[in-house]
Amino acid sequence: MSTSTGPIAQVRERFDLSTTAIIWLAFLLTLVVGVVLVGSGGGNLLSQGNIVNLLSRTSVLGFIAIGQTLVILCRSLDLSVGYTAALASIVGATLMDGDPGRIVLGVVAALAVSAVVGLVNGLVITGLRVNPFIATLGMGLIIKGYLDTRYAGPVGDVPVAFQGFGYTRIGPVPLATIVMLAVAAAAVVLLNRTRSGHAMYAVGGNVEAARLSGIRTGRTMVLAHVLCSTAAGLAGLLLASRFSTGVGAQIYGAGYDLDSIAAVVLGGTLLMGGRGGVGGTVAGVLILATLDTVFNLLQVDPFFRDVLRGVIIIAAVALYARRQLDLTAHRQRFTASGRPIGASEGEHLSGPSDPPESSPPSGPSSNPEVLA
Amino acid sequence: MSSLRERSGAAAGLLNRLTSGTATIFALLVVVLVVITILNPTFARPASLMAFLRAAAPLVVLAIGQYLVIVSGEFDLSVGALVGAQVVFAAKMIDGDPSRTWPVLAAMLVLGAVVGLVNGLITTLLKVPSFITTLGMLLVLFGAVRLWTGGAPTGALADNFRTWGRGGIDMPVLRQLPWALVIAVVIAIAVGLLMRAPWGRTLVATGDNDTAASFAGVRVWRVRTVAFVLSGVLATVAAILIGGFAGVTAQVGDGLEFVAITAVVLGGVVLGGGRGSMIAAIAGALAYQAIERLFTQLALPSTARPTLQGIIIIAAVAWAAREGSRGPGAANTPAPDASADPAPA
Repeated sequence: MSTSTGPIAQVRERFDLSTTAIIWLAFLLTLVVGVVLVGSGGGNLLSQGNIVNLLSRTSVLGFIAIGQTLVILCRSLDLSVGYTAALASIVGATLMDGDPGRIVLGVVAALAVSAVVGLVNGLVITGLRVNPFIATLGMGLIIKGYLDTRYAGPVGDVPVAFQGFGYTRIGPVPLATIVMLAVAAAAVVLLNRTRSGHAMYAVGGNVEAARLSGIRTGRTMVLAHVLCSTAAGLAGLLLASRFSTGVGAQIYGAGYDLDSIAAVVLGGTLLMGGRGGVGGTVAGVLILATLDTVFNLLQVDPFFRDVLRGVIIIAAVALYARRQLDLTAHRQRFTASGRPIGASEGEHLSGPSDPPESSPPSGPSSNPEVLA
Repeated sequence: MSSLRERSGAAAGLLNRLTSGTATIFALLVVVLVVITILNPTFARPASLMAFLRAAAPLVVLAIGQYLVIVSGEFDLSVGALVGAQVVFAAKMIDGDPSRTWPVLAAMLVLGAVVGLVNGLITTLLKVPSFITTLGMLLVLFGAVRLWTGGAPTGALADNFRTWGRGGIDMPVLRQLPWALVIAVVIAIAVGLLMRAPWGRTLVATGDNDTAASFAGVRVWRVRTVAFVLSGVLATVAAILIGGFAGVTAQVGDGLEFVAITAVVLGGVVLGGGRGSMIAAIAGALAYQAIERLFTQLALPSTARPTLQGIIIIAAVAWAAREGSRGPGAANTPAPDASADPAPA
């Protein structure tokens, strides 16, 4: 815990850049270790087939994790992404119903339904003030119940033309990965270049300071959730095109919710919000995909893979935490020096904002009538 | 005059308390139980009430452990995997031999405490958010147990192990007082006393504001680590009850962490810490179980249940979170302030 706030802000500015760089370095390291390990077993991790395999693994989790990054930056989270993806795959596949002429209809409807899920999530969190954990967990249950009741097995039929989304490759790079990277680039632009993106950092850093700075915190949160669910919908469409039909349980049972949160955190985004970015998340997804591919090639027991994953995630976050001990303390109302922690949160807003000293988030319920 | 005003103030205070998050859960519990009884009057018989409580006891124990962690401002997502790991561990070690039950029970409790200790130390000393720590622990436990048993659980639980979950003391009126209920009540009383003791006060203070607590002389890392250890031990107790009640399957414990967190939050305990009572968390667990029982009573298709559950959970938490029903500090969670949009200029 440092005593001065000014220099820290500058250090943080630089730190942000280097965090992403470090995670990409970690990815390269993982890749090199993987190449050596696979090579010692007589294989080649960088063969065309393995690279295609590795990149294919990134796209589904990539879409979901990019969306998850946005909500986590807002200090929210979304546990319903797996269910949203399943819903989108079924909506898309049933509407397309094997007719190439209805691909656009299916895609638009699937994304629209996903967006509505996100809208409801966002409104329940901001309007009804339900904790995001519970709101999205509940939303997941609601969708699960609907899917299990309405659709017992695979439904719908994805036209061959749309299956290309899942299987087309340009060189060794699957089309889906390119789309995922394009979405990632759009998210980077959103976060770094637009007012809404800056607002997301501000809301996640200190919602009260953001509100007092004139940011519409509620709208920002809702927007993040809509984008997150829409990204999950994209993942669902991709899965539908790969399965060539709409499936429920296979998608929501795959654990994308917790995996995507792990990827985001592995990518250096703080679970407490306000810090991080999509660049790191993509690297986090790549690290997880590389691990999976390497474990597969080495024929590591899938259960041992789970153990290693758990250890790696904890170890990585512990390493990040070492580097930013004082930055993780977002929930504190005042620091060891007695100054509000919010006093150093302002740099994400444009300009030298110095949030008021009254940053302890006391919440709406602190109004005197209630206390009396 | 003044006494009248005082009285109306007291009445308002009482009203406020009755409609607060904590009271909501008791009202919900009573309503659900009454509805079940109306639909099926035999439910009110002591014997079937005891059966209900026996089935609810593991969740109550889990909820108490989760409450300790949540009120200190953390999460424990590893309890479901821990329950599963413990049941499979017990089956493999006991392998149907009653003479091994007691040593294995002791080993399970130690294992649970160690898992909690690791969770606590990684969270407090290495500063890893508990969501990630316990998520990683979930993966480790899930994988390790299956790695060890080769995928499917092996061995069997002895009868003297299973009696804790399904047996009881024969009695005249109740027919049988389940051991599970006795254990849950003993744990509730013990933890209730602990929460009234200095340690409990410091735990809540830590969850409310850990910096202020550490200024006041609390060793925050120790208090939280103990909470994780207790959560691990209580999850182990729950595993003993569940293993006895339901037996060994590969899926045992799956998703239980979310059920436990839901039960605690239903009880009006605020995620983020510092707010909520243990009794309400227990009521949350009972209400969760009662809602499941109600679904069975209504013969709802099992596939539709999650939808209703989701709606009830969100509605209950939204009701508890509505304007003015929570004290200061509720804003530890990100959501509350977000609604306070500044009016458009």
